[in-house]
Order: sequence, then structure tokens, then C-alpha cells
Amino acid sequence: MTVEAQREALFEYLLRLGDNALILGHRLSEWCGKGPVLEEDIALSNIALDLVGQSTLWLEFAATVEGGARDADALAFKRDVLDWRNFLLVEQPNGDFAHTIVRQFLFDCFHVELLQALSKSANQEIAGIASKALKEALYHRRHSGQWVIRLGDGTEESHARAQAALDALWGYTRELFEGDAIDEMMMQAGIAPDPGDFEENWKQAVGAVLAEATLTVPDANWSIGGGKKGIHSEHLGFLLAEMQFLPRAYPDAQW
Amino acid sequence: MQPHAAASAEESRLWAALEEVSDPEIPVLSVVDLGVIREIEVDGAAAKVTITPTYSGCPAMSYIEMMVRDAVLKAGFEHVEVKTVLSPAWTTDWLSEAGREKLKGIGIAPPAEVSTSKQSLLGIDPVVACPRCGSENTEILSQFGSTACKALYRCTDCAEPFDYFKCI
Ligand SMILES: [Zn+2]
Repeated sequence: MTVEAQREALFEYLLRLGDNALILGHRLSEWCGKGPVLEEDIALSNIALDLVGQSTLWLEFAATVEGGARDADALAFKRDVLDWRNFLLVEQPNGDFAHTIVRQFLFDCFHVELLQALSKSANQEIAGIASKALKEALYHRRHSGQWVIRLGDGTEESHARAQAALDALWGYTRELFEGDAIDEMMMQAGIAPDPGDFEENWKQAVGAVLAEATLTVPDANWSIGGGKKGIHSEHLGFLLAEMQFLPRAYPDAQW
Repeated sequence: MQPHAAASAEESRLWAALEEVSDPEIPVLSVVDLGVIREIEVDGAAAKVTITPTYSGCPAMSYIEMMVRDAVLKAGFEHVEVKTVLSPAWTTDWLSEAGREKLKGIGIAPPAEVSTSKQSLLGIDPVVACPRCGSENTEILSQFGSTACKALYRCTDCAEPFDYFKCI
């Protein structure tokens, strides 16, 4: 394998990490000022801030690996839909509070496993960012997990909404554990884990909380993926239109 | 953070300058109290300061970097380099003793225990004492507070809500 191919694969891999954090962070920021209670408005905005901060670290490193033609801002604000590498799960609309919490919980459990593995990466820069992000992800998982239990084991209404969210989102989780050629290259270089390796841990962590929440693990007969390759749901375009508006309308604006 | 040992008069001068830089979100704390200054190096009139962010998305970091640069130049150094490192990741264990006391003084409960403990890994709430009356009968209102580094608690004895500098 050529050095050039390695570099391109690493760049792609870093985009995936950065894009997941940025898109989910942006989604959560949509709750700012609209949370169901003040504490949750603050909580979701804080989690958004952590994720956007993590995406900055990943995308800055991606920009360096790419060779400096674009900086992290250009990667965030000047790429169109097909160039995004995030999972379909994180771009799904917020829906109601239960929907947002369930989406967050499914991702947080995955995020903790992934970051734990990446904190042992052969690439020191990746290991450093992952160790930092891991502490935050553990805190996020605690928050979303507690809410899943509270909603699932709450009123009839909250239970029904949490279960509906779980049923609607479950088919998007398959993609989290599907490796491809990029993952394979990262694995061989000791940079990143095989995502299939922590599917069991994820199932156990998710299952334990769902059991306590009296929610049923969906028996989903569908799954959909493609985000890692740039094949997205219609929702991402709308999200980018809002997120990228200012830098596109006023290129290189300063304030 | 370990109490810093200054190897020379120049280093003492640099540490003293850094002690004057406040955390913009909790101004009673200096960046030294906060444990974000990881290393300093002095070479004649050139100073190099290594800092680490508290949270990935901490909006104060670029401001802190600017203030550090400014303070070092004002202390008489002609060249200053501020370098950011992520590893090892910042932990609340690096908050200085003086910093913990200062937090209590303004009604913020300092981190209750070392963050690497099993309890914080398992997500069990630590015992947090009320910074006003000292009571340990407190309850968590929200895991998240007014800034990235705080959670919101309430004392069930004196009934006052208060900020808790959360452990990570
Ligand atoms: Zn009290």
C-alpha cells in the first residue's frame, strides 16, 4: 500500500469521526432555547458544545493530514451533502424529547466503546483526542441512560414515546458496526479498531438499560446505512443548509 | 496539579505572571489553579507555555490562550509561544488546593473525589457537601450547569441550590 493511499484513508477516517460529532452536536444545538425544562435545555446545549468541540479537534487533524489545502472551518462549512461521512443515525431529526434522548443514548453507548478503543491507537494524535473525548462521552452516556430509564419506566405516555423512538431508530444502528475498506486499513495500521468488535458490548450496555427502562429491544427487520460513504437521508441537506448558511452567504466573515 | 517548582528567577517571574491570568468563567481561579498550565520553559527572553483544554468544547480556551500570551509579554518576555496539548487529558484532580478553597469561598462545591475512582466511572453520584452550610444532605438537580465544568445541586438542609465543579 502506498503512503498516499494510507494518508487518504486516514483523512477519510478522521472525517467520519469529526462528522459524527459535528452533525450530532448541531442537532442537539437545535434544542437550545426549546428544551422541555431549563435543566435539559442546558444539558443538551452542553453536550452539543462538547461534541462540536470534539469535531473541531478531529477536523483540524483531518485538515493537517490532508495537507493544509483546507482548514477545519472549510471542512465544516464548505462541503456539500455527498462529502459528509457521518452515520445516518446522527442526522435524523430531533423529533420529540424521547426521540432525541434515545438517539443520543444509542450513539453514546457506541461512542464510549469506540473512544475507548481509539484511546489506545498507534496514532498518538488520535489517542490524545480520544482520551479527552472519552471522559465527555462517559458523562453523556450517563445522562442519556438515566433519561431512557426515566422515560421508559415513567408514565404510559413517556413509555410509549420512548418505545416508538427506539422502534424508529433501531434500523439505523446496524451501520455503526459495519466495517469497510477504510476500517480495514486503519485496523491493519493499529490506528483504529474493527467496529464489529464492540457490537456485543454495545448490545449488552444498551440491553441492560432498556431492561431497566421496561422497553423492548426492537425486532427490526430493516436496516439502512451508507452515511460513511456519503449516501445520506434527505434530512442532512436541510441541516447543512442551516448550519452552513452564514459562511456561504458571507464568505470569510469576521466578527 | 503538583505545586510548581521554579528552577530560576525567570521561571518564578513567569509563574507569577500566569497566576494573574483568571479563568474567564470562574474569575476567582487562575489558570494555574485550574491546572491547565502543563509546562513552562524559559530560554532567556523567550517563554514557552504549554496549556491543555478542560473540555473539548470549552469556549474559554482561545480567550485563555490570548490572555496567557498577553500576561507573559507584559511580564517582560519578548517572545512567547503558547502550545496546546491534549494528552494526558485534563482532569479535575489537577485543580490546586488553593483553587478548591477559592471555589468554596464563592459558593461552588469543589470536585468531591478523585475522578479516576470507580464511583465516577460507574456513574454513582459522589457525596457533595453544601458549600454554604457544609451539610452532606444534598441532591443533584442536573448533571449539567451554567458552564461546561459545572453540575447543579441543591442542599436539602439549607435549601440553597449551588454549583458543583464536576469530576472528570
Ligand atoms: Zn446547605
